[in-house]
Amino acid sequence: MSGLGQVVRSGIRRRRLTTVAVGLAVLMAVTAAVLGGSLLVASSAPFARAFARQHGAHLTVQFDATKLSPAQAAGTARTTGITAAAGPFPVVSATPKAQPTQAPAPLTLVGRPDPDGAVDDVEVTNGRWPSKPDEIVLSGDAPYARLGAVLRFPALPGSPAFTVVGHAVSVSRTADAWVTPDALTAPAGYQMLYRFADAGSDAQVAADRGRIAAATPAGALTGSRSWLVVKHDADQNTGVFVPFLAAFGILGLVMSALIVGTVVTGAIGASIRRIGILKALGCTPAQVTRAYAGQALLPASAGAALGVVAGNALAVPVLAQTNSVYGTPSSGVAPWTDFLVVAGILAVVAATAISSAWRAGRLRTVDALAVGQRPTSGHGRVAAWIAARVPGPQQLGLGLSRPFARPARAFGLLAAVTFGTVTVTFALGLAATTADVATAKNHDNADVVVHADLQFLGRGQKPGTSPRPAKATGTSAQIGVAITAQPGTRAYYALAETSVAVAGVSGTSDLYAFAGDTSWAGYQMVAGTWFHGPGEAVAVSTFLHETGTRIGDTVTLQAQGQAVPVRIVGEVFDPHTTPEVLVDAATFPQLTPDSYHIALRSGVNTSAYTSRLQAALRPYGLEVLPAGGGSHSGTLLALNALTGLLTLMLVVIAGLGVLNDVVLDTRDRIHDIGVCKALGMTPRQTVAMVLTSVLPAGLAGGLLGVPAGFLLHARIAPAMGHAAGLNLPTQAVNVLHRPELSALVIAGLLIALLGAALPAGWAARTRTATALRTE
Amino acid sequence: MIELEGVCRGYGAGPPALQDVTLRLARGETLAVVGPSGSGKSTLINLLAGLDRPDAGTVTVDGIRVDSLSEAASARYRRSRVGLVFQFFNLLDDLTVTDNVTLPATLAGMARTTARRRAAELLERLGINRLAQSYPGRLSGGERQRVGVARALINRPALLLADEPTGALDSAAAADVRGLFADLHAEDQTIVLVTHDLTLAGTLATHTVKLLDGRTVAPEVTE
Repeated sequence: MSGLGQVVRSGIRRRRLTTVAVGLAVLMAVTAAVLGGSLLVASSAPFARAFARQHGAHLTVQFDATKLSPAQAAGTARTTGITAAAGPFPVVSATPKAQPTQAPAPLTLVGRPDPDGAVDDVEVTNGRWPSKPDEIVLSGDAPYARLGAVLRFPALPGSPAFTVVGHAVSVSRTADAWVTPDALTAPAGYQMLYRFADAGSDAQVAADRGRIAAATPAGALTGSRSWLVVKHDADQNTGVFVPFLAAFGILGLVMSALIVGTVVTGAIGASIRRIGILKALGCTPAQVTRAYAGQALLPASAGAALGVVAGNALAVPVLAQTNSVYGTPSSGVAPWTDFLVVAGILAVVAATAISSAWRAGRLRTVDALAVGQRPTSGHGRVAAWIAARVPGPQQLGLGLSRPFARPARAFGLLAAVTFGTVTVTFALGLAATTADVATAKNHDNADVVVHADLQFLGRGQKPGTSPRPAKATGTSAQIGVAITAQPGTRAYYALAETSVAVAGVSGTSDLYAFAGDTSWAGYQMVAGTWFHGPGEAVAVSTFLHETGTRIGDTVTLQAQGQAVPVRIVGEVFDPHTTPEVLVDAATFPQLTPDSYHIALRSGVNTSAYTSRLQAALRPYGLEVLPAGGGSHSGTLLALNALTGLLTLMLVVIAGLGVLNDVVLDTRDRIHDIGVCKALGMTPRQTVAMVLTSVLPAGLAGGLLGVPAGFLLHARIAPAMGHAAGLNLPTQAVNVLHRPELSALVIAGLLIALLGAALPAGWAARTRTATALRTE
Repeated sequence: MIELEGVCRGYGAGPPALQDVTLRLARGETLAVVGPSGSGKSTLINLLAGLDRPDAGTVTVDGIRVDSLSEAASARYRRSRVGLVFQFFNLLDDLTVTDNVTLPATLAGMARTTARRRAAELLERLGINRLAQSYPGRLSGGERQRVGVARALINRPALLLADEPTGALDSAAAADVRGLFADLHAEDQTIVLVTHDLTLAGTLATHTVKLLDGRTVAPEVTE
């Protein structure tokens, strides 16, 4: 075994570049696989995992402080069926004095001494938990983000001001902000959090709630929220992203395994002559196999160790972004993910090394020894002959004809570039689809929104908050004139929202009535067309499903005492599960708009426009606010960052495949390169020759990979949409157009050139005398 | 034409390949470098060709300080001043004879047609024009070396460096190549050849220097 050990060590020393290529490929593969695997894990039922980890509350209950003492509230923990409880925590709902550009939304403030507990382990994601009465920690989805900001609550006794000292995530969404219990001197109520033995269905949770209500004085229980409601909200908001991010994870895993296999096979394929020498010296095929498996596994193990570190380091921000998309607390990389990835990649290395070395070990010794010493087989002579006669620098001709001299290796190079280009095309398509879906999900491209119905300010209200304000005054015509007259207005539409019943169908649906130019609004059609006037409607798939209707059918909508038949002319994309139907405002002329959505001309300052319009609409009591932002853009940013990082990783892995092939090829012909240099080839010409040698594969790989990636995306994206229960709009699938596809062909070339850059530099730097001595 | 002044070159921890070598050669002369294996003959050729650099001393060829050239400059120096003939020919298998011969010229930027015309003249002169479209793998050793010489002469070098030009040839081919070098010598081509072939050295060289363990054995240059 010591003899074999020496063979392994000397092989590693002699083929340093190949050793480095194997180590680097494994490093990148493990890094990508740790990331991919973690993404897969994070994308697997994100809410359920986070809920289990945080011991989420099955029921969040608020008791009236005037009807129940804290001790009585605590006593409810002994109610039958409760397995764990936390609280009582003092609670108030209050509106902080807002920034000029923010809606003054009320916050549910909970006084809690620490984030841990038997129920609802709140996770502090940034900063720390408050330790003094003038400190506050905000929920991750609260609108006030900055640490150190001061929030003043004029409506609370003493108008207290709190300094933001942290951000936290509660999967159970038990509060918008937390303070110390003594900070809430006059609580409106007490919050209790419960976990039950049985809480899997609405009926079970309702029964659990009923027992708690029965154990307390009548009217003491003023509000409650089931975890199933929170889960439903979370799932409908994040479910659409799960398959897309999971697909990235799978891509990373598959790509890693394939590239590592290619690199190891190529490395051993380049060692056949040495294997012949070992056999001539008496090594058996089994010993050769063991020696070369060891030679591949040693750098692979080092690469795997570094890859785990790099993967975990990269996974922290990636998972933080992923979890921000999912709205769950950040989760680290599970140790078993690391273990499985390392074991899996090393198994791939071992399997490919053993099979390649076994094949090489079974070659006849004389054949193995003759590799590289016989005259070339004649492959590529025609190409070389043509290249020598094509006008242009000689070094380019030498490079261009090179792939034809080693067709098998050129095919490997082509495969790496093609696979890389397929992956990049697919990944970019997937990213564009994801971004498109995220945009379509919110379908509002407005820059500024005028809220005529001020009840929007009550969004997120919890039990016990103040009554909602009434609608503002002013006719829609007056408001429209004011908006149109405002310099910078490009387009606007008015939107009225109400509930409608559909004749013959139980339950209600949400009706959205539009007036004005909606062409820019961001709604995307899955099928059919947008409505063209009164009497026509478009609906979301949930509406079509629940009403049993199809495009072309006519339904009668009943709203505010009016029954109007409308013909469904299209299905609009919306991942939400609420049944919605969208009509022209003239269909229900009695409805008054709740909001006006405005698109600004390019270059117009949103803040200044908002202030001017606010002043113009002040007589009507309307609230003008900049639109967008919030969780929507945050989600998109996170998705874009994720996509960028993952695509970069996949490109690097593909580039490593190219690097390995070019390294092996450059090693093979280093003597010829030395001859050329001895005959006067400059370092720059040498670099040009090596880079040119990958151009055919780069171009062909791009030309093959782009349509393949395009087709793959066209097939996979709708299938993933269906997996999430969505019919994706054509626009969300056809995201790659001719300019992008042309650019992606160039990406194939870039992958090839970047992969070849290092060995090209190495060839140029190699001393001519050394190269001439190389066998 | 050639001036080596106190040239030293070593590799790793072993004994130096060249130690304090000094020699001079005028234009049109032929220098034969002889000595046993490992005496530093090839190192000397490499230094003259700018393929390697000395650790100490200076190497001047045709007024150019070869020892201080960058990689790119030494490549340009070889194109313009030096023709190299190798023991094992070093022809590129994938290129025809003509394409092998024109390679240094086209790398130097010479027009393809000019390079081909000049290659045809050289092949004609060396008696191998019938092999112009052949590939090296089909040629005999002597024919390959003639192609190697044609390639070395394509850029009309001031200095022809030959490393064991008959070392890989049978006796008939070696005699053939000897005749070829005698013709070049007669045309006043400056030649430095490293050889074990004492017949070649004796019949061709105007000067002979013997190297032993990296040192010139006195007299340094003998006529």
